[in-house]
Amino acid sequence: MDDHELNSPGYDIPEDMKNVVAITTLDRIYNWGRRSSVWPMMFGLACCAIEMIAAQAARYDMARFGMEVMRPTPRQSDLMLVSGTVTKKMVPAIVRLYNQMPEPKYVVAMGACASGGGPFKEGYNVVSGIDKFLPVDVYIPGCPPTPQALIAGLIKLQEKIDKQSIRQVRWYRKGPDSVEIPVPVLGPDLIDLRRKAEIKQIAAQVPSKEA
Amino acid sequence: MSTPMQTEAPRPAQNSPLDLAAKFPGAVRPDERPGYSGWIVEKDHLRAVATFLRDELGYDLLSSVTGVDYLPEGKMEVVYQVYKTTGGPGVFFKVQVPRVDPIEVPSVIDIWPGADFQEREIWDLYGIRFNGHPDLRRILTWEGFEGHPMRKDWQEAYYEEEAKPYKSRWPEGHHVSAEEKSLYKDNVRYPEKFDPEKWTPTDPEEALYASLKKYTSTDESGMETERIVVNMGPQHPSTHGVFRAVVVLDGETVVSLKPVMGYLHRNHEKIGERNTFLQNMPYTDRLDYFNSMSNNWGYSLAVEKLMGIQVAERAEYLRVIMAELTRIQNHLIWIGMMLNDLGTYFTPALYAFEERELILDIFEAASGSRMMCNYHRFGGVVRDVPPEAFEKLKGLVYDRLPAKIEEFERYLTENEILVARLKGIGYLSAEDAIAYSMTGPMLRASGVPYDIRRAEPYGIYDRFDFDVVTRPEGDMYARYLVRVEEMRQSLRILEQAIRDIPEGPVLSGKPAYQVRVPPGEAYGRIEAPKGELGFYVISTGKPNPWRYHVRAPSFINLTALEKMCVGNKIADFVAILGAVDIVLGELDR
Repeated sequence: MDDHELNSPGYDIPEDMKNVVAITTLDRIYNWGRRSSVWPMMFGLACCAIEMIAAQAARYDMARFGMEVMRPTPRQSDLMLVSGTVTKKMVPAIVRLYNQMPEPKYVVAMGACASGGGPFKEGYNVVSGIDKFLPVDVYIPGCPPTPQALIAGLIKLQEKIDKQSIRQVRWYRKGPDSVEIPVPVLGPDLIDLRRKAEIKQIAAQVPSKEA
Repeated sequence: MSTPMQTEAPRPAQNSPLDLAAKFPGAVRPDERPGYSGWIVEKDHLRAVATFLRDELGYDLLSSVTGVDYLPEGKMEVVYQVYKTTGGPGVFFKVQVPRVDPIEVPSVIDIWPGADFQEREIWDLYGIRFNGHPDLRRILTWEGFEGHPMRKDWQEAYYEEEAKPYKSRWPEGHHVSAEEKSLYKDNVRYPEKFDPEKWTPTDPEEALYASLKKYTSTDESGMETERIVVNMGPQHPSTHGVFRAVVVLDGETVVSLKPVMGYLHRNHEKIGERNTFLQNMPYTDRLDYFNSMSNNWGYSLAVEKLMGIQVAERAEYLRVIMAELTRIQNHLIWIGMMLNDLGTYFTPALYAFEERELILDIFEAASGSRMMCNYHRFGGVVRDVPPEAFEKLKGLVYDRLPAKIEEFERYLTENEILVARLKGIGYLSAEDAIAYSMTGPMLRASGVPYDIRRAEPYGIYDRFDFDVVTRPEGDMYARYLVRVEEMRQSLRILEQAIRDIPEGPVLSGKPAYQVRVPPGEAYGRIEAPKGELGFYVISTGKPNPWRYHVRAPSFINLTALEKMCVGNKIADFVAILGAVDIVLGELDR
């Protein structure tokens, strides 16, 4: 960030103080810090995870964006890169991990599967995209997205962070700072607890096969 | 070429002098359906025949067990493929049972312990019970899942039609998203009159914990130790994806262990039976996503056997080149990840990924994609390697990679810490490795010189001069050394392939979206970097396979995980698991 960018308009800095003093808004400096140190969770689901590792490795080097610190624990991470097919068996664990992440937290759906089920959408054990359960900030198309595409998606996320303001973000307001998402349950099929009543209603209407 | 053309591996069990029907009159008859081979065994004699095959005839390696649902005939079939570790063609034998629940077949787990997970998988997906299996739980779905999804009359929530191309997509193309059409507006289906509020959850984990060995011990002083159960995964930095293991510990020592899988079960086989034959090719890429080139080969081998077509000469060489490059990058990554598991976090992996990128550049130039190459077609490959990429390839094979493998060895092979962590850890004897159906570098590190490229050569591997690398020790260090040496052997093959590759077309016949596959069965197996990768394909003459089964080395090699880990420390468990070289896309399919 050069001084031209950092200085917000409206404040004139005397010529002799330039490059010594910068005046900016709190939001800007705060977001600058946040966008430059997004720690992703070390969490790979499928094929896309390999491209995620490739993006971390020498040729693409995500460290240039301050994103090289992968944390295996959700408690220390800011970003959940959903890198691969979300299966019904796995989704309770993913939702639990998301709930354990502290705010501010972001979700990136990497690849076709995480965005909408992808080539495996019709599979009986596949969730049609992680956005059925988690709020997704950035979708990255591809199967798998190349490391360049992943980095482009993460730059988009940085742009999103730039636009946030401390006055509006939910984790600085009154009330619970984070929204717990009910962990889905594995029954005869995956049960989304938020849809209990709806499921009951539809199941009751289905005509019996024997009749 | 001076060597005779051989484009097809010898078909197993056909015209073989073996006559099981004479040995077991009334219990065994030859499988005479058109396009099929092998033997049909009466259920009650299965164990006797299996024991005879193993003990008298030496078919010691159970390659694959799988189920087939012949819905129109009202039959279920369990197919066994056995091979000799000394090489040569295998024997197929099948058990047919009426398709009326409960469907029961005797287990062969005490004859070939490698049947363990495979029988559980068949129970899970087909609902065939294996009498005598000590731990018959669901393996890919969860306990409590409704139905057995691979049965032909089981329909998924997004069911459209039996087979692709779906009318909604082609030729009219009025596609509506699957959510719109499905009952619950989501990919779920529940039993009739299902009420989630009154439904009482059964703990899917209960059976798992019950299956762990009860353990208490008392030492001389009368002090009692209790067991500690540690859950590792499915989110764990060392498990190479979404793998989970439940480990029982006594202090730091592993006393019992159960792998839990299915967290990436993406229903390859169910989708594969709806797809057309060619549509399955890109799906095979996503099995073992490190090695899409060799996955393609296994599948095209099986379908080419069924079709009875020749592979274009240049394409045969390109297939070898790509498969061996794949092997090198797989083993490089394995070394990097292995060291991750030992605690040298990510630095060795950076070295490995540097070389991998260079290999992926060649894949990208040839196929258009870095990882999901989708390169093979029935009868050849999709396109030729551009000349610039071929020059790059030469540079890699002759200069860069030999030096880099040298460098890896210089840093690692005699490294005191590495040797201390690997030597004598995770021991698996040759007998156990064979019994547990281990294949690939794992088997060879236990001293069994079994490599399908030699044991039953496919493609043109009979033309190349290379060594089957083995080590007698059967420990982790041996597994490391085998892989390093295999990379060198791959380079040897690559040098010969680059030298001998002829000019010419890369595809025999015309490119076609729809291929005509005569009815019958075929089992195509290749020596993938992780072990024996097999595709069992049944065609009924329609545009879609009736059965599409993947014999995944990652999955079956894990059968011996408990055997290798018990008695070792928990920290070594992570490394032992890493040494198996699993990849979840292939493990869970």
